[in-house]
Parts: sequence; C-alpha cells; structure tokens
Amino acid sequence: MSSTIEIRSAPHVKGSRTVEQIMRQVVYSLVPVCAFFVWQYGISALALITVVTGVCIWTERVFTGTGTQSGHIQDYSSVITGLLLALTLPPGFPLWMAAVAAFISIALGKALFGGIGFNVFNPALVGRAFAQAAFPTAIATYTPSFLSGRGSEFIPSSLALPLMQPADTAAWLHGMQIDGWTGATPLAQWKFEQTLVGAGELLTSLGGHLPIGPSPVLIVLCGLYLASRRFMDWRIPMAVFGSAAITAWALFLLDPARFPTPFFTLLSGGLALGAVYMATDMATSPVTPKGMWFYGALIGFLTVIIRNFSGLPEGVMYAILLGNAVTPLIERVTQPTPFGKGASKKARRAASYSLNPSYISRDGDVQERDKS
Amino acid sequence: MSTIAAAPRTWDEFMEGIWKQNPVFVMVLGMCPTLAVTVSGVNALSMGVATSFVLVCSCALVSLMRSFTPKEVRIAVYIVIIATFVTVVDYAIQAISLALYDALGAFIQLIVVNCIILGRAEAHASKNAPVPAMINAAGMGVGFTIGLLALGVVREIFGAGTLFGVSLFSANFQPWVIMVLPPGGFFVLGSWLLLFSWWARRKEAQQNA
Repeated sequence: MSSTIEIRSAPHVKGSRTVEQIMRQVVYSLVPVCAFFVWQYGISALALITVVTGVCIWTERVFTGTGTQSGHIQDYSSVITGLLLALTLPPGFPLWMAAVAAFISIALGKALFGGIGFNVFNPALVGRAFAQAAFPTAIATYTPSFLSGRGSEFIPSSLALPLMQPADTAAWLHGMQIDGWTGATPLAQWKFEQTLVGAGELLTSLGGHLPIGPSPVLIVLCGLYLASRRFMDWRIPMAVFGSAAITAWALFLLDPARFPTPFFTLLSGGLALGAVYMATDMATSPVTPKGMWFYGALIGFLTVIIRNFSGLPEGVMYAILLGNAVTPLIERVTQPTPFGKGASKKARRAASYSLNPSYISRDGDVQERDKS
Repeated sequence: MSTIAAAPRTWDEFMEGIWKQNPVFVMVLGMCPTLAVTVSGVNALSMGVATSFVLVCSCALVSLMRSFTPKEVRIAVYIVIIATFVTVVDYAIQAISLALYDALGAFIQLIVVNCIILGRAEAHASKNAPVPAMINAAGMGVGFTIGLLALGVVREIFGAGTLFGVSLFSANFQPWVIMVLPPGGFFVLGSWLLLFSWWARRKEAQQNA
C-alpha cells in the first residue's frame, strides 16, 4: 500500500477506511431492519426488497460499465440505496413500479451526477419521490402487518403485470375479517380521521395489524451500532429528532386538540428511518459539525411543518430532499475558522499538536503509519 | 452546373434544422412550448405545425424586406411581422378546433416570443434571399415539430396509455401521473437530450477513429 508514491494536492493524511468498508457496515446494520420488515409483511416484503436491490445493482452495473462513474459496483452503495428504497415503499407496492423507482433512484439520483459522492440528493429518496409523483395511489395503499398467511401468500397488488394497475387490496382484505382495519397508516389516520395510535404500539411496531414499517426502536439500535463505530455521525439524527420533538411539542402546547403529541411525531411514519439512515448519507449531508446540527434541525422542523400544515400525511422525504438541496449552502456558511484567522488577532501560544491526532486516526491507522 | 451544385446545398440547409441545429435538442430554444404543451401527441403536432407556419411565413417576409428594413428598428419590424402571422394562426386554430385551442391556451399567442422564430429572422432570413430563407425556416419548423412530437408521444404513452388518442394497452393500464405534470416534461426532455448527445458523441468518435 504505502510503497506507492502519491503525487497530488492535500490532504495527505487520510483514514484507512475505504468507502466499501463503510458501506458494507451500513448494509450489515440494515439487515435486522429488513428482517423485521420481512417478518411483518412476509413474502411480499421479501420480493420487494429483492427486486428493488437487484434493479439498483443492475442499474449501477450498467452505468459503471460506461466508465463515467466515480464508484465501482463492489462498493455496496447501490445495495444500501436498494434496501432503503424498499423500506420506504409500502410492502404491497407493485414490483414493476418498485423496479422503475429503483432504476430512477440510481440513474437519475446518482449516475447522472457522476456516481457515488457526486450526487446532490439521496438516491433512494429521489426514486421514492419519483414513484410518489408517478403512482400516487399505489404508494399510499398499505396493507396490515402480521397477516396469518404472509409467509406464503403474496399481497395481490405486488404481482401486478408491468404497466398495469395493481389489483385492489381492499376486497382481498375484506375476506380476512380484520377488526378495526381502516387501511390508513397511523399518520394518515391522524391527519384524516383524527384518531391517534398509541405510542407503545408505534414504538415496537408489534401491536395488532398496524400498517407501519419496522420498529423505530430497532432502527435506532442499528443506528447506534453505526454511530458507535463512527460509520455515521450521531449529530444528524440527534438534531433531526431533537428539532422534530421541539417543534411538535411547541405545536402541541399551542393546540393539543389539533396537533399530535411529540411522541407520536417521533415514532410515526418514516422519521426514524429517515433520520438515522437517509439524512446521514455522507455525500448529501454537510461535513462541518455545526452544519450537521443545522441540517438535522432543518429536516426535523420541515418534517413537522409538512406533516401538520400540508395536504400530505408524511413529510420526511421532502424534508430530507430539501435539506440535501441546502447542504452546499450550509457547508459554506459553517466553515470552521482556520488556525490563525480567528476573531481575536492575538497569536496563539503554547499549542501542541499530536503526531497522530485522535480526530483523524481510528482503528488500524496508527500501526499502518508506524510501519511506513 | 449551378442547379447541380445548388441541390445538395439546399438539402443541407433544410436538414440543418432537423439534425445539426435542431431547435429543441441542439439549440435548446423554445423551451416554453416544448415543456408546456407536449402532454399529448396531438397537442405537440399542432403546436409544431402552427410554429412552422409562422416561422416560414415570417422568414419569407423578413427576407423580402431585408434590403429596406432600417437596422435600428429591425427587431420591432420582425416582431410586428411575426405577430401578424401568429394572429392568423390564432384565429385559424380557433376556427378549426375549439378544443385544441383551449388545450394549447396562451401558448399559441406566445409563439410571438418564441426565440426560434426571432432567431431565424435575425440570423438567417435578414441576410438571405427569400427561397433559401424559407427552406431554412421550413427545416427548423420540421425539426421543432419532431422535437415536440418526441416529447409528446412519450408523455402520452406513459401518461395516458394512448398514442394520438388511440389506446395502446388494455383498460387496466396504470397511468404515470408524473408524465402529464410539468416534471414529466423535464424528465422526458432530459432523457432525449441525453440520448441525442450520446448519439452525436458516438458518431463523432466513429468519424475520428
């Protein structure tokens, strides 16, 4: 490794972690979440995850094959895009629409900009936004979790023929005789029917036949693993959760009848998945610590605003996409002051600098540099 | 001698607007109607034909008047000429089909400010004899119509499952709502631009090799 001489401009000191290592860890941390999703919705969810991830990898392969992309097919980033996109779609989403969304997410969300690291928006959310605009009915059609025959029976809408409308799930569900089933997600129930699902049920995703994604607790635990190993910056999810909670709490205090409790806001919809896995996408979030706080806070605030004051029940996707859009600006205004250019004109004295600064090296860095 | 030499040149002049200088895909002009009225193939075709008519007629007139148009007021003269023909088209479409007139809306009147027409008048018709000017303008008009059709057909197929009103799929077709919305126009235009630039680049590479 270190036998080659690198001729290029700074920075010369860099971590030993490769993109592939980081991405693989993120994939590992997503495995429990996907397993939970499959456990909730059975074979349809499994097929959805497989198709979306497969199409993402295939699209990535096609575009990396043209030689115009920065990454390569083995770097696992397209797998993450696929898994995240699948987790944001309803389990009974027609597989052909899911394939279209997956293609769009990689082609439009990533390949068009030049590959990994150059994309402005989170690719998975680009795909989902396209699907939401193209197929608004299908993406809002949820089916209950933990149905009895989910291990062997597909949700009928999953298997729609390409370009054709999905089968109506309402009639299929009617035959199942599920008590209290309204077909709306907890967020839509709150928005359109003013009924509030309990925080306990939302916390674990286990109560009854709720049409919701994997448990927020599980997602946060997986995120904690990533954050503890520094594969993800903890500031962004913290800022998203914090700002969403504060905004929701302020609204709740203003009018408890109109706005849901902060707990409901934090636990419902895709806020946990968005905050932990999507807002933290390295290419599309700020790199400066101050910028991360601001970026996360903006996403949390916008999510609550969109949820409560727009026609849509859920706002995490658009909030994160807007956050991505202002990321370059945030980075620009939150640049740290370079050494010696502070507000005080006094020269600093008696500063000492470590040869192996803790903020750069992790794990195997130190040994490797000693060897060289 | 002169006729033999003139024939390919005229053909080149005509083809220039269709391929090398295509107003939609190469010059990227006239984006307002390109994105706004290409929801269906019929709309795209009629918009293209209307614009072509205005383009050819106004280029002919501008060319005829080129020797005594004062340089200082030429743009105003061009606009008056173009506006005259747009008014003709406006009334003609209204008389032929009111439904089409409503579908195209303000974009018929907005042909006046279409930069393809003003651009042709300024760059070509004001410097050339009427016949070459008209041939060039006709090529541009056909090129513009092809560009609009390319968008309109794709958007109609995905957005409604029809082609010029004829249903292509079974009644169970799932329309892609985004395709009839403004973002769909941008997506399809972008895809076509991508395809044409890839095509042109490949052709260039083959010629160089």
